[in-house]
Formats: sequence, C-alpha cells, structure tokens
Amino acid sequence: MPRILPALAVAVAAATAVSVGGGVLAAAHESLDAERRAELEYMVRHDCGSCHGMSLEGGLGLPLLPERLADIPDEALVVTILDGRPGTPMPPWRALLSEAEAEWIVDYLKGERE
Amino acid sequence: MRLFAAALALVLLSAHAEAPLRGTGDLGLVVERASGSIRIVDTTAERPIARVEGLGDLSHASAVFSRDGRYAFVFGRDGGLSKVDLLTAKVVARRMQSGNSIGGAISQDGRLVAAANYEPGGVNVFDAETLEPVAEIPAECDGQRSKVVGLEDAADHVFAFSLYDCDAIWVADFSDPAAPAITRFEDIGHQPYDGLVTLDGRYYIAGLFGEDGLALLDLWRPEAGVRRVLDNYGRGEEPLPVYKMPHLEGWAVAGGEIYLPAIGRHEVLVLDAATLEEKARIPVAGQPIFAMARPDGRQVWVNFALPDNGTVQVIDVLDHEVVKTLQPGRGILHMEFTARGHRIWMSARDDDRVVVYDTATLEPVASFAAEKPSGIFFTHRAHRIGL
Repeated sequence: MPRILPALAVAVAAATAVSVGGGVLAAAHESLDAERRAELEYMVRHDCGSCHGMSLEGGLGLPLLPERLADIPDEALVVTILDGRPGTPMPPWRALLSEAEAEWIVDYLKGERE
Repeated sequence: MRLFAAALALVLLSAHAEAPLRGTGDLGLVVERASGSIRIVDTTAERPIARVEGLGDLSHASAVFSRDGRYAFVFGRDGGLSKVDLLTAKVVARRMQSGNSIGGAISQDGRLVAAANYEPGGVNVFDAETLEPVAEIPAECDGQRSKVVGLEDAADHVFAFSLYDCDAIWVADFSDPAAPAITRFEDIGHQPYDGLVTLDGRYYIAGLFGEDGLALLDLWRPEAGVRRVLDNYGRGEEPLPVYKMPHLEGWAVAGGEIYLPAIGRHEVLVLDAATLEEKARIPVAGQPIFAMARPDGRQVWVNFALPDNGTVQVIDVLDHEVVKTLQPGRGILHMEFTARGHRIWMSARDDDRVVVYDTATLEPVASFAAEKPSGIFFTHRAHRIGL
C-alpha cells in the first residue's frame, strides 16, 4: 500500500467536499481509480478488520455490517472515519485517507458500491 | 499366503515410510487469517510441512500448546476453538464456544483451556482432552457484559484477565475446576486493552488504552491490590493516532529491564524490572505493536502499525538504540523466535509470505508462501508461563 496518498486523490477530495448528500458518494466512486479502490477494500477487510473483524461482524470495535450502519447518516460515518471517536480506540484516519476515500469506504460498508 | 504376507509387509513398510517417528519440539504453526487455515511448520527445515483447513474465521487467531507439544489449541475470531494434532495434521476436536473471541490460555497443568470472549463477554473454560465445557465465567459489571482481554495463565491453577468495559482485572483460581474462585479488582484504570504475565508468573500487567499507564497486580500478594505503574507517561502530550492496538503478550524482559510498546507515541518504553520505574524511552519508526525479546534478551525486535507496518526495528539492549531497521516485507503482523533465538519468523501479510531471519546476521535466510499469514506460534510456548 502506498504510504503517502497520491496528490491527485487529495485534490479530488477537496473538489468533492463541496457537494453534500447522496451526490457525494457517487462522485467519490468516479474520483478513485480501480487500483486505489482495491487498496481501500483490502484496507477495510484487513486493517479496519483488526478491530472490527475481518468479516466486519465486530471485535473490540463495533460491527460494520450494512444493517448496522443503514440508519447512520453517511456524513456522520465519514466524520467518524476521518476524525475518529474520542474516548474510544477508533483513531482519526485523516492522515492516511482523503475525504473522497472515506466516502467511498462508507459507501462500500453500506453495500452500495458499484 | 506368502505373497499376502509380503504385500502386507510392503503396506506396513510404506505406511511407516509416510510417517516416520519424530518429535514436536521444533514444530509450530502459522495462521492463515483469511482462509481459515493453518500451516504446520518445521523450524529446523524452515518450511511448512502440512496445511490444516476448516478452522473458521482466524482473523485474530492465536494458539497455545499441550504440554507434550503435540496438540495446538487454536482460538478463532468467530468463537471457534480447534484442537489440532501437529503430527497427523488433523483437527481432533472442535467447538464453537462463543460468538466472538479474542484468544486464550492453557493452564499450568495443561488440563484446562480457557477462551477470552468479546461476545458474549466472559471466559469459557474447557477440558483440554475433550474440549468439553468445564466452567463459564460471565464478565459483567452494573448489569452489563464486558469484553474480556488479556487472558493469561499463571502458577497455582490461576487464569487472570481484564474486563475492557468494566475497568477491572479478575483472577480465577481453578484449584477446583468445578468451582472456580474469582477475585475481582475494580477501578484499575480506564479501558484495559491487553495483559501479560511475567515469565516467573508473579505479575499480571494490564495495558490501559483510556489513560497513560499500566495496572499491575502482584499474583504472589493479591491482597495488596492493583497498583499503577508508569503513570502519565505521556505527560500531557497529544497522543498520536493508534491505527492498531499494541499487544503486550510479546513483551520483552532483558537484562533486568522490561520493554513495552508505548501507546499513542512512537516509542518503546524501558522499565527497571525491579522497581517498575521508567528508565528510558527509545524512539522508533512508528506506533509499536509488538516489542519482543530474543530469548537470550540481547535484542528486542519491534514491528509497527500502519502506515509503518513494513518496517521492523532491532534494538540492542546494551545501549538502548535501534541497531538496524529492516523492511522484511509488506504488512508485518507477527514475529516468533525459535526456542533459543537463532531465528525469527515474521508474517508478511500483504506479500503472502513468511520470512525467516538469522538473528545474528540480521539477514533473511528463508521464506515461503502462505495465504495472508498472521500469528506464528512455536511449540516451545508449551513450556512457558503466561503465553
């Protein structure tokens, strides 16, 4: 996995950050190339999975299954990924993930990708 | 008739040739976390010798060993507990013992296997021979179940563990397996996330996620209660993001010093083993996950959380300095020394490889393919307290 995000992804994140609601996630899909999406999927399974379980049914962290996330607004989940949950082991991922990437992950977790 | 005897002899001979007698002292296993399988490995030949499948979700799996070093007890994330015969590469017993598990321990006498569970929170104890249930210890406070972490065996039939959601350490005395006596220690510090027992079995130490410091219980004098050590080691600094929880199990004792991964700081902490006071801090490449001492105590090997999980650093304990920074592969999840430390095996998850290094030259000497390897466990663990 690249240790530093491609500058392109950061720039795209800035561009998509202005839109809100359902359009954000559609834009996130298009802004990430297939290779990066594969990396993100791998990261969710294996690195997020170290706390949330590789099949995302939970561990030290909460389950991340679609039915558990369905009622939580996308924006709240994006903020949770980027800024973490203070008081819990959920760290802020902002140094490793762009906003567009966090949006793509939310979409992926909710089972709405592709 | 003579022909039959000859044929029988041939069959017996070939059967014998397939499974020559061998010991298990140089065997071990590598968890393949994504495929529910383990590779049984020979640490003399430095290669895998068999694969065992069907062990469920092994994404945070760990293993302990029977006293004879023949059987491995593999604790799966999905609550599966499997007893594997290393010699025949067969699962000889298996039980789904909870919904979500984090690891386990085997008793000093080898007769009880205990599993630590997240869901439902508690400890389940089984007969090591049959995996039949022996005891169930629900972990709870204020009517709420708690995830259990840091389950360790200690001397005198004791299992000690921490309650993540209850800020507690419990000690279960299994002198009478049918009626374990539980001693509860409360307010030990916020969010214990892992625990360890010292090599001599005397101290149980819980790492705290929710505050800077560690909770220490003297198992020889439990009546003295839990005391805090390394209080406020962060000294008000803003902690760095912790992209993976450190593990204390591999903690290192070397030359009268204890080496521990700091949490939220890119440092390995050095404690004086006699006073448990902080003695030094060693800056390292990232958030340390494991700080493991070579069995002779001369070196401490450290791996890291994202984004530095391709790096391993070797600390020389004589001068408290990193003497070599290695890039053994991508996604180094776990490390295991051979019994006397001439080799270290490392899992490179993202390369689908296990790499073996010579600890004297710090050079690679062997490697082999494995599917998403994670935990590596050798049978010499059977003979140590608190592993």
